[in-house]
Amino acid sequence: MSESHSDTPLLTVPLDALHRELGAKMVPFAGYAMPVQYPAGVLAEHLHTRSGAALFDVSHMGQAEIKGAKAVELLETLVPGDVRALGIGKTRYSVFTNDQGGILDDLMISKLADDHLFLVINAACKHADFAHLVKHLGGKVELSMIENRSLLALQGPGAAAAMAVLSPEAVSMTFMTIAEITVAGIKCLATRSGYTGEDGWEISVANADAEALARAILGAPGVKPAGLGARDSLRLEAGLCLYGSDIDTETTPVQANISWIMSKRRRAEGGFPGAAVIQKQLAEGAPTLRVGIQPDGKAPARAHTEITDEAGNRLGEICSGGFGPSAGGPVAMGYVPAAFAAIGTRLKLVVRGKAMDAHVCALPFVPHRYFKG
Amino acid sequence: MSSKRFTKDHEWIDVEGDIGTVGISDYAQHALGDVVFVEVPEAGREIAKGAEAAVVESVKAASEVYSPVSGTVTAGNAAIVDQPGLVNEAAEGAAWFFKLKLANPAELNDLMDQAAYDAYLKTLE
Repeated sequence: MSESHSDTPLLTVPLDALHRELGAKMVPFAGYAMPVQYPAGVLAEHLHTRSGAALFDVSHMGQAEIKGAKAVELLETLVPGDVRALGIGKTRYSVFTNDQGGILDDLMISKLADDHLFLVINAACKHADFAHLVKHLGGKVELSMIENRSLLALQGPGAAAAMAVLSPEAVSMTFMTIAEITVAGIKCLATRSGYTGEDGWEISVANADAEALARAILGAPGVKPAGLGARDSLRLEAGLCLYGSDIDTETTPVQANISWIMSKRRRAEGGFPGAAVIQKQLAEGAPTLRVGIQPDGKAPARAHTEITDEAGNRLGEICSGGFGPSAGGPVAMGYVPAAFAAIGTRLKLVVRGKAMDAHVCALPFVPHRYFKG
Repeated sequence: MSSKRFTKDHEWIDVEGDIGTVGISDYAQHALGDVVFVEVPEAGREIAKGAEAAVVESVKAASEVYSPVSGTVTAGNAAIVDQPGLVNEAAEGAAWFFKLKLANPAELNDLMDQAAYDAYLKTLE
């Protein structure tokens, strides 16, 4: 039950004092002191996000901008997603790939104008991502890492009712759109998106205004704070990938079962790092695939749990796994050879030396409830 | 005055006659958070002092419960297997993990009494 501490001092987010005032348990995460849970606890925070609305601080994540006439064309040289077809005011999930087709990071790309893109990238990868952007696009477009803005996520079926009080204009936004809006009188850049499987917004706000915004949102009907612990169990139930666990430089988008991020044009034309590897896998199938795995019993199977076939032959590992509070039992995702990826395939999970029954299941474990208008 | 004795790993044992009842401390349940899965040993299993005897999992992590003493399990608590959340409500009472027949009662002398355990917890703050 001990946590490892490095000698490097932790960075703090602008809402640090508010988190402590709310009684958060702060833990090191990607170099930041972040709230893993509040006094309600991970379970209650998770369930409240599925039934009401929860406010998450995800300010450790990176925000970046690309500006210039060639912004779209050049970003497409680093991601397999269709940035050209992305409409102005729209947001899309994508990944940075390496020359082997592996994933360097996953990200959200929003198009504010044809010459202005807004990116949200993972905390642990943000400096490497930015260096990657500078290396490949530097001098050709204007790149900026946004250090003076926080990022808050309001998530849950009650998010719209809460937002209606604070920002009537936000409520007309649909899933995966971006807009500059005013929330509680504060200028924000918001996307109707999130990473819990629920309706909601991710709101970028100036650091100086972050606490006022957070307090206003927490004061809206039905909103409670939730920490990164709940965010993890929510995204796992939603079947969403966590970089470093479910996707990394050893997995391609095809293996990760997120080939839907690539449009027909990008699949055909390539033109992104590792395109040859990815195109070959799209045509012939990937050797291994990320699948949903449902343990038949009650025991959670955590990350790195060995997956075997029914005869005990090693197939792979669980990449994310645990207890799903809304699913009411254990849920997991893992990589298995393509021949074992069909829904219903019987598997064994080796938990504490014992082979437990499990089967491949459809994702997500809890249906997505996005607002599509 | 509690007759409970505690380990540094936050298990407790309460002995009556030659039968010890084992659980995790209130401090441990609080540190773990919401308990969502519990595995307890079956009657008849022989366990050495310090060996893994049971499992307790919160949403976030899995932890082992070690036996404070050596002995033979006489019962596992089915109530906490059915309702793991009981561990958060009554860690040092109804949510005991297992009972065992002590093989060597002298091993109890290696454990902390309530006052010593409370003092130990202060060193962890």
